[in-house]
Amino acid sequence: MARKSFVFVVMDPPYESARSVSAYRLMDAAVRKGHDVFVFAYEGGVSQPFAKQAQHPNSVHGRDTTQEDHPLPKDWIAALQAEAKKRGTRFQWMNCGLCVDERGVAETIPDVVRGSPAELWKAAEAADNILVMGAS
Amino acid sequence: MARKVLQVLETAYRCTVQEQDDPVVWITAMMKNAGGDLSLLLRGPAVNYAVNGQDASGLAFGEKKQNQPPRLDEDLGRLLAKGVEVYFVQEDASERGLEPKDLVKGVRPVDRRALPQLLARFDQVWHW
Repeated sequence: MARKSFVFVVMDPPYESARSVSAYRLMDAAVRKGHDVFVFAYEGGVSQPFAKQAQHPNSVHGRDTTQEDHPLPKDWIAALQAEAKKRGTRFQWMNCGLCVDERGVAETIPDVVRGSPAELWKAAEAADNILVMGAS
Repeated sequence: MARKVLQVLETAYRCTVQEQDDPVVWITAMMKNAGGDLSLLLRGPAVNYAVNGQDASGLAFGEKKQNQPPRLDEDLGRLLAKGVEVYFVQEDASERGLEPKDLVKGVRPVDRRALPQLLARFDQVWHW
């Protein structure tokens, strides 16, 4: 299969809807099939790679922090970065810089970059296709 | 050749008070500034963005007042001035009691049955 490039626009903050998880599933599928992925996080989506996300215990489940092993989007992004590196594909997560400033979430995991809609447009023009996953 | 992209905006007023604009209208303007060939289609509740004279002013929490409320009609006017074509679904406007005289000058009605022809004119459709 020919290597392709896909752009995803993600607007959802973590833990608010199934849309961001669906986005990760699609990104994962693309990376596993050897395609390049560019993500532009817009509005609340810029909190997805925030470095200070932390796991917690869950007393309702009767599990401590380690047992609960609560999913953190920053770890999913890091895993996608690692998977892409392993497979020799490109996985680039770009946060909208102004959206980051509004929310004070500049501390991201490594290799997340900040950018602007101009860079989104450039990436979209170069990509084979784009999927916008807007928030409600 | 540059791609022609249609931005379809359906989710209205999602964060307009806090952002003081609509993020899709804003990002469309920004990408137009970056050389993008973009058009905008308002559908569903977002057709209301084209209503002239919307007034979202007056928000205050305690002594903290909002000084720059969203002015979506003016934002659409600026988008049109940049050369972005702005369409709206005629039936969605009619169902909301909106008439042509209520709307920003320059926005173009599209009959719902004519949407396939409109969409076919673009290389990509981004739905927000």
